[in-house]
Amino acid sequence: MADRFPSPFDIETPEGAEGWQEMYVYPSLFSEARKDFEESMFWFQDGVHWPQVMTPWDATFFEFAITSLSQYNTRHLQVPPANGIAFRILNGYGYLTPVPADPATIEDRVANFMDRAGFYFMNWDDLYDKWMIKIRNLVQELESINFEPLPEIEDADEVVKSGAGLGSGYKIQENYRTLVDLSLKLWNYHFEFLNLGYAAYLDFFGFCKQAFPGIPDLAIAKMVAGVEVDLFRPDEELKRLARVALDSGVADAFTVKDVEQTCQILKGTDAGQAWIASFQESAEPWFNFSTGSGFYHQDKIWIENVEIPFDFINDYIIKLQAGEDLARPMEAIRAERDRVVGEYSELLASDEDREAFQAKLGLARVVFPYVENHNFYVEHWSHSVIWRKMRQLGEVFVKEGFWGEANDIFYLKRTEVEDALWDYYVSWATPEPAAGPGYWPGLVEKRKGICNALKKWKPVPALGAPPEIITEPFTVMLWGITSDSVTSWLGGGDAKEGELRGMAASPGLVEGPARVIFSPDQISEIQQGEILVAPLTAPSWAPIFGKILATVTDTGGMMSHAAIVCREYGLPAVTGTGFATSTITTGQRIRVDGNNGTVTIIE
Amino acid sequence: MSATMWFESYWPGLKAEVGGKAASLGEMTGAGLPVPPGFAVTTAGYRAAHDGADLDATLGRLLHGLDVSDTGQVSRVCAQIRDIIRAMPLPADIETSIRTEYSTLSARCEINDLPVAVRSSATSEDSPDASFAGEHDTYLWVRGADAVVDAVRRCWASLFTDRATCYRVEMGYEHRTVEMAVVIQKMVRPISAGVAFTLNPSNGDRSQIAIDASWGFGESVVSGEVTPDNFLVDKVLLEVSKREISHKAHEYRLTDHDSVEKAGIDPERADAPCLTDRQIKAIALLAKTAEKHYGCPQDIEWAVDMDLPEGENVILLQARPETVWSKKPRQSVAGGADKNPMASIVSTLMNPLYARKDG
Repeated sequence: MADRFPSPFDIETPEGAEGWQEMYVYPSLFSEARKDFEESMFWFQDGVHWPQVMTPWDATFFEFAITSLSQYNTRHLQVPPANGIAFRILNGYGYLTPVPADPATIEDRVANFMDRAGFYFMNWDDLYDKWMIKIRNLVQELESINFEPLPEIEDADEVVKSGAGLGSGYKIQENYRTLVDLSLKLWNYHFEFLNLGYAAYLDFFGFCKQAFPGIPDLAIAKMVAGVEVDLFRPDEELKRLARVALDSGVADAFTVKDVEQTCQILKGTDAGQAWIASFQESAEPWFNFSTGSGFYHQDKIWIENVEIPFDFINDYIIKLQAGEDLARPMEAIRAERDRVVGEYSELLASDEDREAFQAKLGLARVVFPYVENHNFYVEHWSHSVIWRKMRQLGEVFVKEGFWGEANDIFYLKRTEVEDALWDYYVSWATPEPAAGPGYWPGLVEKRKGICNALKKWKPVPALGAPPEIITEPFTVMLWGITSDSVTSWLGGGDAKEGELRGMAASPGLVEGPARVIFSPDQISEIQQGEILVAPLTAPSWAPIFGKILATVTDTGGMMSHAAIVCREYGLPAVTGTGFATSTITTGQRIRVDGNNGTVTIIE
Repeated sequence: MSATMWFESYWPGLKAEVGGKAASLGEMTGAGLPVPPGFAVTTAGYRAAHDGADLDATLGRLLHGLDVSDTGQVSRVCAQIRDIIRAMPLPADIETSIRTEYSTLSARCEINDLPVAVRSSATSEDSPDASFAGEHDTYLWVRGADAVVDAVRRCWASLFTDRATCYRVEMGYEHRTVEMAVVIQKMVRPISAGVAFTLNPSNGDRSQIAIDASWGFGESVVSGEVTPDNFLVDKVLLEVSKREISHKAHEYRLTDHDSVEKAGIDPERADAPCLTDRQIKAIALLAKTAEKHYGCPQDIEWAVDMDLPEGENVILLQARPETVWSKKPRQSVAGGADKNPMASIVSTLMNPLYARKDG
């Protein structure tokens, strides 16, 4: 067994991807100038959030997200042992490394952390209410941004006689900068609470593990999990719309399985029109829901691809017609949660323990709604709006001949978009031919070629020498990276032939045929009774959970969004197996043991 | 009072009529502790048979003037009484009732002439019968209705052992008032069997149930001859959290002649898990129920019966208090230092769980 992963400097560029480094800003690359640092760290690939190659603009969220995380750990809260997380892009994939705090500073950090984090825990509800207002205002600001082609001449009243002294040329640049600023602000907000939420959760987690060394991680998650969770709301809305369709007698419109035709039929009746109105009500905001992690421009968003929610609604209509009850049994879920809490509490050694248990559980429950819900507000809702606005801008450039289609804009770095906008502004102001139409199409084509070449590269799971033991608490919780998983990546451990190991994220033991899918576009291939094998799953896949027997993913920890949703749907799940999609092929019979975190290929 | 009672129908008001043994089996069945299924012939059944055969007259005649110091006479008279009881005809309704219940039990197990254990069940804890409970008879591997009825009479006859009879005479108890109930219970024929603790014996974790299991009768596990399969089950979620499957080289199993033999196991079966997940959960639930019922950690013996339908085939053979961890004082987790929630969170972050040995 090897004791280390390759150095980042030993990874070769895949054929046809030469020059890929130009697609990303220089600080995001491994650099010779800081080689000592690069080689001294243990880097793991973040397949939980970035399982695919990032196009140049898409790297924006990778950079904004991880920087915001780091800043809160290091500069805002002073999480005692953990500084931030350094990030790099290699062959189009994101790699991370947790940076520990200097032990000499820990004493001061503890004092600061207790003061700062303590304030947040004490005032959590107030601050969370403020967060909700902030995030909703931010989405509104994003929505108010519009990118339109620059006018032949400015409006006399609005622009000239108003005395504004500013026109559309300035405005379009400002709008783009605002969009980028709001994106960074969004990610600052994202991490305002998240690590604190995890810290309180880990504290309860640690207490449970001390009292009951063998308690399954899942049992702890169950005690903390919310019952009414915004992340499940989009799925709930689909079920509601299926019921409305049946109750108002318009369900037949969905049998044609064609969005346009369905809409035609619906528009023909009052009841159908009422249904459409009801759909639109649900759609904002709940169908700003990505079929992926929300981090890629190509992930489909329900509200822009109405066939996706329509298909799911049709599936639900069929289930309702077959007499299935789709309602989440809230009372039963609450009762089960109370039972689990009550029984563990009873098993504790003393009343003193029971008191501490209740206090820690109480805090974990106060903070946990944020952990569960932020994902909808940030990665789904806000990102959906950002992708939409970016495509609108992309379209403006298409009209000017800068490139062929709106999505080509994502093959520019975020800084390059400013250059293109400047070019457009200048050529509009003069007027004169823009340089862009002769510059960008070739570059966009080249970069598309590079991205395709990079897609064929299977990212190595990690780089550099792993520490003897993985201790950084957020790394374990969020990315599912433990000393065990690192050992198994290195080809060691006690894994048997034909067996994969991962996190026991949701319990149960089933056997069935595998369906391996690599991108969200393939989810329609999934058949009833199959076991889903994917790099990761997104919360928006919930409707297919009624079809499948179990889920196996390459990446993800106990608290990955996929794990939260799997538990909600009571499906066995093994996450963070590392190699499931490359080891298993569609049609193979596999056994998924969600109690022990193993996946076995039977035949 | 009817002549028979299924364990499921027991309630405490019946204790006097069914005896201690049947009452305990009935109570366990009612508490969700599945003992081998069966029924009792009540004292009413005995009384009806007693009266039908006019035993009062026989007893009065034979026991009149019995000299308890004359062991020869006692032995001769008691043997004579027992012979009479063993041979006495049963009233038709009583006999039909026993035969019907036996055939119902056989049908439930889907076996003709189901092998059963027939045991006496003393009717009153403070009556002299109780002192001789050990002497009352037990008949194992009884097959067929004729043999069952016969074994019932033999149990009844055991009321008149020499010692019990002398004791009654010395104490001045009336022979004709003594009564006896009889238990008829399926013989367990285990596919697999073993033990279970309602805590983890290696670290005392009360949230876990530890199960040791092997093929065949439980002797191989109890004696330690075989390294059993070992399962840890979470007590609250009832999910298997750890499983270790061992090579189980041999088992104790039944021969065709209702005796037990030690036999090798073919390699494939030896390495296969001897329990299904459903069975593991049923055993865990059984252990958890026993702990709740008896109010302290339990050490139980169980078997998976080959004749009972899946879902009803996990049987409790014995439950007793766990003695090792139960005697140790329990360690509190919330040490004084953790009182401040922030201090606790800091210590969680500084000393992450995954860095700990048992993490």
